[in-house]
Amino acid sequence: MSIRRLAEQQPESFEFTPENKAWLEGQIAKYPDGRQASMVVPALWQAQKQNDYWLPQKAIEKVADLLGMPYIRVLEIATFYTMFNLEPVGKYYVQLCGTTPCMLRGSDELIAVLERRVGPQRHVTADGLFSWLEVECLGACCNAPMVQINDDYYEDLTAENFEKLLDDLAAGRPVKTGSQTGRVSSEPEGGLTSLTSFYGDGAKAQAE
Amino acid sequence: MLADKDRIFTNLYGIGDKSLAGARSRGAWDNTKALLALGRDKIIQEMKDSGLRGRGGAGFSTGLKWSFMPKTPDPARPSYLVINADESEPGTCKDREIMRNDPQTLIEGALIASFAMGAHASYIYVRGEFIAERVALQKAIDEAYEARLIGKDNIHGYPFDLYVHHGAGAYICGEETALIESLEGKKGMPRLKPPFPANVGLYGCPTTVNNVESIAVAPTILRRGASWFAGIGKPNNTGTKLFSISGHVNKPCNVEEAMSIPFRELVDRHCGGVRGGSDNLLAVIPGGSSVRLVPADQIIDCPMDFDSLVKLGSGLGTAAVIVMDKSTDIIRAIARISYFYKHESCGQCTPCREGTGWMWRVVTRMAEGRAHKREIDMLFDVSKQIEGHTICALGDAAAWPIQGLINHFRGEIEKRIDRYAANPHPDPVRVAAE
Repeated sequence: MSIRRLAEQQPESFEFTPENKAWLEGQIAKYPDGRQASMVVPALWQAQKQNDYWLPQKAIEKVADLLGMPYIRVLEIATFYTMFNLEPVGKYYVQLCGTTPCMLRGSDELIAVLERRVGPQRHVTADGLFSWLEVECLGACCNAPMVQINDDYYEDLTAENFEKLLDDLAAGRPVKTGSQTGRVSSEPEGGLTSLTSFYGDGAKAQAE
Repeated sequence: MLADKDRIFTNLYGIGDKSLAGARSRGAWDNTKALLALGRDKIIQEMKDSGLRGRGGAGFSTGLKWSFMPKTPDPARPSYLVINADESEPGTCKDREIMRNDPQTLIEGALIASFAMGAHASYIYVRGEFIAERVALQKAIDEAYEARLIGKDNIHGYPFDLYVHHGAGAYICGEETALIESLEGKKGMPRLKPPFPANVGLYGCPTTVNNVESIAVAPTILRRGASWFAGIGKPNNTGTKLFSISGHVNKPCNVEEAMSIPFRELVDRHCGGVRGGSDNLLAVIPGGSSVRLVPADQIIDCPMDFDSLVKLGSGLGTAAVIVMDKSTDIIRAIARISYFYKHESCGQCTPCREGTGWMWRVVTRMAEGRAHKREIDMLFDVSKQIEGHTICALGDAAAWPIQGLINHFRGEIEKRIDRYAANPHPDPVRVAAE
């Protein structure tokens, strides 16, 4: 378990945008009548996305009101599920996977980069651009080590290409999501060992 | 080695066309109506005969699981199929590739499995971090609706709705009853069983929870016949399997291989071998972080299947093969896994809530040698008191890696204790992020 509390400084109000409100109403139709509480996690997630990737207390209460749930039930959800950020994060919120498969492939080096450039975990840089957190297995172990920055995965990282990625983000340059070494997904690097009767050695796909 | 013609996931790496048209050109949705025409009982019998064991970790017969669902529909309590895509077991990254690269296998499987269980609605619970994957999956589902392959009025004549739902970063929601709780809008805390989900599951209705891979292989099994699937691998360990090989191999990858392929062949053929050669292998965690590690000499020629790995005191789990060479600090590697379970314990049962943190603190000290040798036995003893004393298997999963470490690397722990005792220092114990 991890102990998570609401941020001390909270905005005074929260309101879903009309687009998000319409989206929420559409999504509730996925669940049987009277089961709209099922929407609580997706609704909180949408609120977090709308609010610069963190979840203020007023948003939690707003979701509770919309779904007809007691505030405490939704607060429980917001503190239980660790993807809900209860305090502000950087514009580029880096979640670094530090679990054993990534650790074996060098996530320590990425941590060193982040500590040097960004500072300690949860600290937002003065320009508001970056903050980072070590998280548990993100499920891209064959492309380790990797990080998630906001919605996107960045894989096959080294200290060098990770620095470049952070430089590019900071400068507002376009970046490539997924593998940073040219792999399509989780195929073996340098040439396929299976499915070759369909795709040859897959080299063309990797080159693209 | 498995031939390409026997591979189920023909676009595993996303090199081919991911769209519905592409999937159909590879054989998906080919006369699915004829498969449904087999009828519920025949489909379940075929699944049983194929020997398919659940791909989510526990390895329970998929066909048998389907057969537990009620045969006569009760309009007040409709049946549900829930597909577990909360892929969070460290080392495991196979379902991700199915969802983003070959999603029609899963969608077709969901229709067939739902038909076999009398369910007209199914939810796919995708882990929250897989944002691109759930977008890709939703797109594929939209295409299937558009082509009237699924939906209330579809060309197969069996009304069926498929929905994508997502979590928000809780490993425990991969446990089937915690997943159901989460899907109902609660904290993901596992339920006591019985009642089992097949009786009282989602919204109190009969529910079956299956792993993504278990569902996605079903259409091909039915199309090619149970005997085809059962002919691959060894008895009781049949079929093809997606292996996720990570860690210290030259080329980590996901690959679909025959069950029971020996470890050496698996890594040499697909991963360019162990880093530094097979003599440089230290140990392997063969089934995701929850199973006990196996030292090099025992794993190297071991068939990678459920029964062979159980004989080594480990398990196939999700077939997430974490390879560690001799450069690995094995105590730290296990300590990091311990931290994972401490972080992911839902806090419901005391042995797990308190025990995972306790074990993590002790094993973290041991990684630096700052412990007493008598604490090794104490740690083992405490892990045994957590194992089997919790509602769900997370307590067991936290205990087993520690037990594997002590069983196979006690000498290494003692050596480190001696080394520290010879040169003690007052620096604080280094710990992972809290």
